[in-house]
Amino acid sequence: MEDKPGKKILLLGNEAITRGAIEAGIDVATAYPGTPSSEIADTFSHIAKYFTKQKKEPPFYFEYSTNEKVALEIAGAASISGLRSLTCMKHVGLNVASDTLMTYLYIGTKGGHIIVSADDPSCHSSQNEQDNRYYALFSGAPMLEPSTPWEAKEMTKTGFDISEELKSPILLRTTTRLNHTRGTIELKKIQKPKKKGYFEKNPFWITTPEIAKVRHPELLKMLKNAEIISEKSPFNKIIKIGKTSDWGIVTSGVAFNYIKEAAEDLNLNVKILKLGMTHPLPNKMCSEFIKSCKNIIVVEELEPILENQFKTIAYDIGLTIKIYGKGTEHFSRLYEYNLDIVTEAFSKIFKVKNPIIKPNISNVKLPRRSPALCPGCPHRATYYAAKKAQPKGVIYPTDIGCYTLGREKPLEMADLLLCMGSNAGTAGGLAIATDDKVISFMGDSTFFHSGISPIINAVHHNHDIVVTILDNRTTAMTGHQPHPGTDFDGMGRPAKKILVEDVIKGCGVENIEIVDPNDIKTTTKAYKNALAFKGTSAVISKSPCILLENRNKRKRGEKIKIYQIDQEKCQQCKTCIGRFGCPAIYYEEDGSINIDAQQCNGCGNCATVCPFEAIYIKEEV
Amino acid sequence: MKKTNIVLTGVGGQGVITAASILGKAAVNAGFNVFVSEVHGMAQRGGSVNCTVRIGDVSGPLVPNGSADIILSTEPIEALRYIHYSNKRTKIITDISPVIPFTVATGEEKYPDIKIVFKELKKYGTLFKIDAVNHAKDAGALITKNIVMLGALAGSGALPFKSDILLKTILENVPTKFKNVNKKAFELGLKSIKK
Repeated sequence: MEDKPGKKILLLGNEAITRGAIEAGIDVATAYPGTPSSEIADTFSHIAKYFTKQKKEPPFYFEYSTNEKVALEIAGAASISGLRSLTCMKHVGLNVASDTLMTYLYIGTKGGHIIVSADDPSCHSSQNEQDNRYYALFSGAPMLEPSTPWEAKEMTKTGFDISEELKSPILLRTTTRLNHTRGTIELKKIQKPKKKGYFEKNPFWITTPEIAKVRHPELLKMLKNAEIISEKSPFNKIIKIGKTSDWGIVTSGVAFNYIKEAAEDLNLNVKILKLGMTHPLPNKMCSEFIKSCKNIIVVEELEPILENQFKTIAYDIGLTIKIYGKGTEHFSRLYEYNLDIVTEAFSKIFKVKNPIIKPNISNVKLPRRSPALCPGCPHRATYYAAKKAQPKGVIYPTDIGCYTLGREKPLEMADLLLCMGSNAGTAGGLAIATDDKVISFMGDSTFFHSGISPIINAVHHNHDIVVTILDNRTTAMTGHQPHPGTDFDGMGRPAKKILVEDVIKGCGVENIEIVDPNDIKTTTKAYKNALAFKGTSAVISKSPCILLENRNKRKRGEKIKIYQIDQEKCQQCKTCIGRFGCPAIYYEEDGSINIDAQQCNGCGNCATVCPFEAIYIKEEV
Repeated sequence: MKKTNIVLTGVGGQGVITAASILGKAAVNAGFNVFVSEVHGMAQRGGSVNCTVRIGDVSGPLVPNGSADIILSTEPIEALRYIHYSNKRTKIITDISPVIPFTVATGEEKYPDIKIVFKELKKYGTLFKIDAVNHAKDAGALITKNIVMLGALAGSGALPFKSDILLKTILENVPTKFKNVNKKAFELGLKSIKK
């Protein structure tokens, strides 16, 4: 929140977006957390909390909404009332919000509204790598695509002006490499927020069929105006590398950085059409560019969206120019690009030697270091108990969150995963289709996001399933954001806490087991009861995320118990390591089993599962 | 202008991302253009971490294969995991203490013989072994291991700016009560590589 114009600082792409919104005088920001977008919302939250702590009113309203659709609706209505707002989400979040988006574009807005979509080429932390530039074409939303953190800030800021000029929300499409790259940005003056909006009643806001029919042509008119802006936009520009040439490269987003460096490294003579406003495309500018070239290379991560549009434009102006890209198989539709990939493709197209040396490959076999449930994670205890209740003949649909990590050995408690909130729905389908028992898992944040309606469906249709809600009172995977089950909100203010069990009761679930998973015996019994019940059962497994719990304990000055194995008593039955599977437990070189005191988080569940009472408290730290 | 490519690797929780971020801030303080990339995925849960820092006349945020001037690792096999970034001139600076992955703990996979790991690393560049765990303990807090490694990095002479700027940036980014511990950790790291 530093208001020091001209100062240069290093910011994460996501932080730069938040800064851009603050410089533009943001009034309302909403989000549902999701990697790689989370830090945009978290930065708003940190700033708001900072003000709340000092008993001052934050300069903007911020909330972690229950899901992306709700987030878009909250911010959308604020924008319709004339305020500047921003909504951010990961790419798959826009699928959740898409119903709202499609019609929102019909009615448009008044105050500027930026919708940030954080795409994830290479699926670094996602279930797919869908290209959300299609949402711009699909919904008609104008789209901006930054290449660097600096540009992300500038585009966010300018995006509000464009949005207000067009009376339309704008999509700002980013990718992981932009979101999670730190770059230098220059601070500019912070504009004062408006604070209060005004909703002007107008029948055009009500999208009944007859209004929709009138609004659709308005959307197309808006896109015509957007094209004029796109033609003049400083974000669409031609950059010359080397001498004047008839080779043209078309690109957008992060790929631009690789092209520039690769072209310089290879001493190529090319001109790059760098598109920052990619929807609608500046048709005239693109046509002129095509006319000035004999060969064109389109470099874009994921889908051939620019490439196909350039082929169309070339056809429309009657040119059969050679267009290299995905069609010529020089570039892939898969995964994120890098300098190696772009340099290799260019060296093939320009028939020059690739200066990047072949990577060294070591023959030493390295053990995998894949993420696992943390030592002391209460989900492990829940999984252990569920498995103990019925070891065989059970299918485990899971959901998006830390608990997906339960797929790893030795627990192997994840069999089917689609998207946020899918567990109970797929559980119902599996119960209908198979003779197996079905136990599904979802976290509390996922429950509030989109996990409730499938439970209502299961109860109404009497699906014979056990739905587990892993209630750890936080959104752990994305960095411990609050949700409707916590007693504070994203601005650090006290908030009404909604209990999972109250909602479950309201959904009509008759058999509800509420357990503390650290009491493994009772939890196992609860699963046995739930499995025996004919119809929909719920197991609510309540225990806070161990990372948060230990952090809070340290803050309160409380100690954490660290466990150790008594080698005399240990019979090497391997229950702790081979069945329970805590990552803090390991084999010594002599084959004995031990606990790594550095990693132990002190849950003590290994001591419970040990049949020989060989595990005891070593010390309190 | 010259490009300096630094690859930082280690295990989630060892402060690799923090170290990369501080290094980037130091480069900005020294007046350089810089890109810091977190290639971390779900690293918070004990996974392998990889960050890249590019300083100077660069546009791409990621270090290309075979282009690292430095591989700075807080764990030996994590240096080897990212050896594709190395060339003959690469300085490989690694902490000597293994962190046993979960797959090894359960007996599913094996942690390679540490001597073989170091021998292998020597094949691909100039190896510097740092006992960062003990230096950090000497400094007063194990958690400063990443700062010991930054000290070693400064001591390697590969940075295009003075080590004072890096130290100053570190101290700007840690709470007041931990300034002395971090200063000591940095200095121990600096000395350890000069020996």
